[in-house]
Amino acid sequence: MAEFLLELFSEEIPARMQQQAAAALCRLLTEALAPLSPALSPASGPRRIAAFGAMAPETQATARIERGPRLGAPEAALAGFLRKHNATRDQLHDEAGYHTLRLDAPSQSAASLIANAVPALLRRFPWPKSMRWGAGSQFTWVRPLRRILCLLDGAVVPFDLRDGADDAHGLASDTLTEGHRFLSPDAFAVTSVEAWRTGLAARHVLVDAGSRRARIWAGITALAAGQGLTVVPDEALLDEVTGLVEWPVPMLGRIDAAFMDLPPEVMQVSMRENQRYFALRHAAGNPAPWFAFIANIEAADGGAAIIAGNERVLRARFADARHFWDLDRKTPLAARLDALKSVIFHARLGSQYARAQRLHDLALRLAEPLRAEAHLAARAALLCKADLTTGMVGEFPELQGIMGGYYARHDAEPAEVSAAISQHYAPKGPTDSVPTGHVAAAVALADKLDQLTQFFSIGEKPGGSGDPYALRRAALGIIRILREGGYWLALRPVLENAAPDVADEVLAFIIDRLKVQLRAEGHRHDVIEAALTGYSSNDVRILALKVEALSAFLNTDSGANLLAAYRRGTNILRIEEKRDARQFAADPSSTSLREQQEADLAQALSGVQHSLEARLGHEDFSGACAALAELRAPVDAFFSLTINDPDPAIREARLGLLARLREIMNRVADFSKIEA
Amino acid sequence: MSPAPSFQDLILRLHAFWAAQGCVILQPYDMEMGAGTFHPATTLRALGPAPWRAAYVQPCRRPSDGRYGENPNRLQHYYQYQVIIKPSPATAQEMLLDSYRAIGLDPALHDIRFVEDDWESPTLGAWGLGWEVWCDGMEVGQFTYFQQVGGIPVVHPSFEMTYGLERLAMYVQGVERVYDLAFNDAGVTYGDVFLRAEREYSAHNFEHADTAMLTRHFADAEAECAALVAARLALPAYDQCIKASHLFNLLDARGVISVAERAAYIARVRGLARACCEAYVGQEAP
Repeated sequence: MAEFLLELFSEEIPARMQQQAAAALCRLLTEALAPLSPALSPASGPRRIAAFGAMAPETQATARIERGPRLGAPEAALAGFLRKHNATRDQLHDEAGYHTLRLDAPSQSAASLIANAVPALLRRFPWPKSMRWGAGSQFTWVRPLRRILCLLDGAVVPFDLRDGADDAHGLASDTLTEGHRFLSPDAFAVTSVEAWRTGLAARHVLVDAGSRRARIWAGITALAAGQGLTVVPDEALLDEVTGLVEWPVPMLGRIDAAFMDLPPEVMQVSMRENQRYFALRHAAGNPAPWFAFIANIEAADGGAAIIAGNERVLRARFADARHFWDLDRKTPLAARLDALKSVIFHARLGSQYARAQRLHDLALRLAEPLRAEAHLAARAALLCKADLTTGMVGEFPELQGIMGGYYARHDAEPAEVSAAISQHYAPKGPTDSVPTGHVAAAVALADKLDQLTQFFSIGEKPGGSGDPYALRRAALGIIRILREGGYWLALRPVLENAAPDVADEVLAFIIDRLKVQLRAEGHRHDVIEAALTGYSSNDVRILALKVEALSAFLNTDSGANLLAAYRRGTNILRIEEKRDARQFAADPSSTSLREQQEADLAQALSGVQHSLEARLGHEDFSGACAALAELRAPVDAFFSLTINDPDPAIREARLGLLARLREIMNRVADFSKIEA
Repeated sequence: MSPAPSFQDLILRLHAFWAAQGCVILQPYDMEMGAGTFHPATTLRALGPAPWRAAYVQPCRRPSDGRYGENPNRLQHYYQYQVIIKPSPATAQEMLLDSYRAIGLDPALHDIRFVEDDWESPTLGAWGLGWEVWCDGMEVGQFTYFQQVGGIPVVHPSFEMTYGLERLAMYVQGVERVYDLAFNDAGVTYGDVFLRAEREYSAHNFEHADTAMLTRHFADAEAECAALVAARLALPAYDQCIKASHLFNLLDARGVISVAERAAYIARVRGLARACCEAYVGQEAP
């Protein structure tokens, strides 16, 4: 095997693109060099992406015989065959009545394959956005490409990126790369993957992104531990910081005590979004007056100037935040409602003011089924969007809701109201918690129902092109609030009251999302269909409970057995009903039921039917399934008889019993939907 | 070299540095504009194939950023130091770092970083790729390789560097309030020069600017721009585009432009910029 290394050294690559690009480089090389069976690994950092590994030193030589036209075929066919293989007439052989051609593919060296493949691959490299630079070249890269290091077994694989008259900035493969921009700025020659890795490490570049990430986390957690603190975990931030440094040097900075009364969410967002700092916590969980960050340099003064600089920047950021915090609290949320008239919810859906009014009405309606105090739910719903007019939310839109909660507390609104405002966007995703408290649940539910009905009313529905208004997430939020909160709610009347024109569509959409959710929870799609087909409830909790009960039942022995009996019975019925061209019906008064098995089944069916009605009346699906389970033994016994008895009256009676079994079981679920 | 240059010394050092790189040192353009990029020495000169190197200070007006002189960091009028070099040199990043050294920021002591920032000006129909330049966590400049201006793909990408002078000066002087900056070495502060102006212009921008008049002036500038483009006078036409853009910013600060109208205004200014750029390119010798 031959050792391969390709490193593309450029000006700083956006952090979020580095690892994907290195993976794409490996994939594209593996495709382009497939005859060499390469096994490549990626490496990446702020100024480089690379692929390295082993591959065959050459391709296998191949030889084969290609059969052409029949001897005596028209001249044009033969000419076409020769042209296709770039061959001449004297190379032809005759074999078994055909013209044939010996096609030899000689072994090709890995170096020549690489030199051929890589320039084309780099010209169409899939950067999310790439650019031109300098004069005269149309070659594009994510930022200016400065060096190409390409080695095979230590020797440079020679190629360049020239394309006709375009010299592509004179870029050509070489043995050179560069270390850290400031700490080890000079170029150096590389002779192997190991020399590249160790040479870079000696020059302050840790080229493996995974090791950099691990070193960063270990570094900041150790520094934090030194102060008795912990780092607030933030995977996305850790990923980004990994792409911002070649030589991670973890540091701690102090936060001015004067800022520690800012809401922790404000501090964290400002540190994260603006500065890429990690927040720290005391052992008790409360915010600590420290932050962790990663420099890219071991400074001559040990980092004193860098720490002082970062602390200064954060002071300015927090001073801005304090300005908004102080200013915003001067105007109560209730006094901001008018200003919502000029905040557009959506160009075709009017203002946030109109939205607040709708939410108020919806929350009032939802209060009772959600066991919330109506005046508190209505108050919170009315105020929940008011923080959109605050300076802090203008600066940090991701704090909407959260700030509203703080400002409501400051305005001395009831605790339920402020808690409901701060949670009214929840759950924001599948891993986010649902709101706690009945008032909060009612307001969050109102927000999502309004979102769905409003966007459906202007035809903005999620489709193949995506879900720009996050309506699927809203529907899932509705489902989770109702199920996890244990709320019974008939959605149809609520929707019909809010938006009669789209109520059906929205309800169907929510039920559809419920099915998706139930599948994600492990319920089979056919069991879900069996449970819900033709079932008229519009209470997601009832619908979900029914699916859960049916799933559980079918997982028991009785359930599986009864299902088998149902299939057997309905199969017989289907065939016989086709033969007689009529439906069979149960006839409880039939006098042709003479066998014990028939009598037992008839009795069991009557008993089950009775208890079934009572249980279904209370949406007690587990109970209904348990009732069905009582049919198992008599049904099994019944099948020891011949259904199609030669005596037409007996046949009629037995088929009637099966029809009754089908009817009773279908009262619980459409078992015919369940696949074998 | 003094470790803490005054505000004006910072400008003089940058002038000396970029002059040595072959830049023409221009004076500010004599019109109100929101960013140094609007100066015709950048917007128009970025088009066409002719090489170009220029550096200048441009006063920038952002009416809605006014804080009546009460915010330590925000101003409705501030200075940008702007450099444009076409075609972009291979050593652009190194030149930039040398310019920081020239004003006393030593990359061996400070943590200098190039952090992704795709630049886009919706009003100019322009975009480019580059970075925010960070020094110890603070943004000290914007570095862009221009790709398109006025809706036209550039012939040769320019290197554009914008320094926020006040912020940079606050950093090198260790000052936490912009008005406390030493403007010179003779005791004059930034506040001595600009505090009153910040108060009065904030009042003008937010309270007194006559919106009916501004709306008329916007329409006038728009019409005049179109007429001058028709007369193939790209440079005077572009002045009217700059004017329209600033009038829009003033109307925006007065809060009389709704969200829907806002997008329409931006599209109108972009239309003017595109027409001016097309007229400019059409007249430049091929």
